[in-house]
Amino acid sequence: MDLNFDFAAEQPKLVQLLIGVVAFFAFIGLMLLLLDRAPMRQRARLHALILLGPALILLGIGLIIPGIRTTLLSFMNGDSSTWVGFENYSWMFTQPEALTVLRNTLIWVLVVPLLVTAIGLVYAVVVDNTRFESLAKSLVFLPMAISFVGAGIIWRFVYAYRPEEADQIGLLNQIVVFFGGTPQQWLLEPPVNTLFLIVVMVWIQAGFATVVLSAAIKGIPSEIVEAARLDGASPIQMFFRVTIPAIRPAVIVVVVTQCIGTLKLFDIVRTMTGGQFDTSVIANEMYNQSFRYGETGKGSALAVFLFVLVIPIVIYQIRNLRQQREAR
Amino acid sequence: MSLLSRPARITAVAAGLALIAAGCGSSETTTPPAAGGSSAAVSAECQPFAEYGSFAGKTVSIYSPIRDTEADLFQEAWAPFAKCTGMKITYEGTGEFEAQIQVRSDAGNPPDIAFFPQPGLLERFAKAGKLKPASAKVKELTDTNWSADWAKYATVDNVFYGAPLGASVKSFVWYSPKMFAEKGWKIPTTWDELMTLSDTIAATGIKPWCAGIESGDATGWPATDWIEDIILRDLGPEEYDNWVAHKLAFNDPKVVAAVDKVGAILKNDKYVNGGYGPVKSISSTAFQEGGVPITEGKCALHRQASFYANFWPEGTVVGENDDVYAFYLPGNDTTKKPVLGAGEFVAAFADRPEVQAVQAYLAGTEFPNARMKLATYVSANKGVDLANAQNPIDKLSMEILQDPATIFRFDGSDLMPAAVGAGTFWKGMTDWINGKDTKSTLDFIDASWPKS
Repeated sequence: MDLNFDFAAEQPKLVQLLIGVVAFFAFIGLMLLLLDRAPMRQRARLHALILLGPALILLGIGLIIPGIRTTLLSFMNGDSSTWVGFENYSWMFTQPEALTVLRNTLIWVLVVPLLVTAIGLVYAVVVDNTRFESLAKSLVFLPMAISFVGAGIIWRFVYAYRPEEADQIGLLNQIVVFFGGTPQQWLLEPPVNTLFLIVVMVWIQAGFATVVLSAAIKGIPSEIVEAARLDGASPIQMFFRVTIPAIRPAVIVVVVTQCIGTLKLFDIVRTMTGGQFDTSVIANEMYNQSFRYGETGKGSALAVFLFVLVIPIVIYQIRNLRQQREAR
Repeated sequence: MSLLSRPARITAVAAGLALIAAGCGSSETTTPPAAGGSSAAVSAECQPFAEYGSFAGKTVSIYSPIRDTEADLFQEAWAPFAKCTGMKITYEGTGEFEAQIQVRSDAGNPPDIAFFPQPGLLERFAKAGKLKPASAKVKELTDTNWSADWAKYATVDNVFYGAPLGASVKSFVWYSPKMFAEKGWKIPTTWDELMTLSDTIAATGIKPWCAGIESGDATGWPATDWIEDIILRDLGPEEYDNWVAHKLAFNDPKVVAAVDKVGAILKNDKYVNGGYGPVKSISSTAFQEGGVPITEGKCALHRQASFYANFWPEGTVVGENDDVYAFYLPGNDTTKKPVLGAGEFVAAFADRPEVQAVQAYLAGTEFPNARMKLATYVSANKGVDLANAQNPIDKLSMEILQDPATIFRFDGSDLMPAAVGAGTFWKGMTDWINGKDTKSTLDFIDASWPKS
């Protein structure tokens, strides 16, 4: 593949881009000008309208209309030609293969936030104020820079299987063989294979948790820590009675973002198993049904269900933020 | 502190942007249009293309699942046509064809022409009214150049949508002629002989068969080819058609018997998986690597399509008396030769004259011959000159495809609704290899057939 980017050939597009940008600024300028001429009394309302307008329009086009359309599609058949009522939903909650998908998503949502937060928290506390803290934090944060797809491919090699008599190319099996075991096909046995996929997600996200929680720990007022020390708190008591209550908001942020991220998870499953061997999750199945199988109804039903699952978490998060703001 | 000096950082950023720009263009490349020199009105070189007309300045876009080297060869093959007619053919190959063609079509941005490897997918677009019927010329060319079996796969509700393009023959068993000569094994001509041979090989301590069905999110397809081949042989072409159309239930006892017959090989630890381990290793072995143990003497037989010729390790000679070659997967008796195969179909989303000209050109005999001269290629076009075949397997495949006695059937999973053919059938067979029993696997696939 050649990397030539020929500006002459792309000229029409660049000109269009330029016209678009100029038109945008002209429009904004005009609106502000008009606003300036408006009578004083209405100005506040107009201000709000003009400033909120674009965001509301984009929200409508990008979120609300597609959301409504998806919901409607979920009550229709595969090629969206007739209404089928709740058939797609009953498929989702009765067919064994769909139930497996829901079960896997549940495992992911329960395990990933828990492990990520726990590992991140312990790591942050352990390396806190040690000599090699920044190095240790960099190391655990590095996987964050790898995309999920990239990480999926890396870990596929880690789990790679070769027969006993051949040379192992997978790290995990090489370790197993080194200790005298027989190589295993890690990704083939449900439901354990889902746990092997979860490891990948935890590997990526633990760094995020570490960095956020470590910053929160550093933000704990030193008076509190000193007071606890003077009162003779043991390190364990310090951790559970002082550190955790003090950084509770940060912990919640980590747990919530992990929950949402895990619910939407798609890349790791798709790159590593393609949803085979009973490892599929909602987002992956949604993509398969809608785009690969042409079953838009089932795909939309899964999307709606995913949406319903995310909503409570988002509401909780918003409330939490509000409470914090009020507390300040 | 910065790890990179300033100029180095700028270079890195520029390189990154260039990569992004290249990434956005995916593998889109263009065949340059006629470069200036049109002084000689119709040169000798352009003589064969004169009948298609002149389309100076026109552009035709092609979208296809064929990528990389093969895509380059395609473009090289039609470059003279593009040059002589003055049109520009933009070609884009993708690894996500099945999903992306739907997205592009829904978004109102379909290509002019798409190469559909699945007649089932083509049918979905035809029924949705997205495809344009093929021109009378394309129809005429298809009728002269292809057998009726082929033409019918691109016909939906009596409307003909496009000619076939490439083809592959799937009913092949790869083996090592050198190994067979050394051990004194004979090529089997019936199923019973094949099973006897398998036992003979197993008795020598070599696992006779090797297989691999891992193929990303298409994992399982090589196993479905096995099943299709056996159903075609044991139940006959008519029942095969019924099965593909779901007039014969997926969990019918006859289908169960056919699948069990495959299981006698693929799920038999004495027979598989040569070079890779137990039965289950089939599902984690990449299909590209499935037959490689033959070259290492760890396996003797590998059932895979003609295109597997491209997947042998470098330096492996394909030939009747060389490192690897293939024989026809035998049926129950030698009189009938049903053949399972696959291919692509050239269907159009536009009916502009230049688009129809490209379709006609691809349906004719110049293109496949030009393409064959470049590198390995198989077409079921009856007008191709076998002398252009680049390797013995291509030649053998085309001999089989051109033989009037051949009963050709298209790969069934490509004909079924995508939810089954590209979904539960693949998944079901993967689970089946992984230990699930035949009946419940087939019950699962049958239940997943879309109701309409």
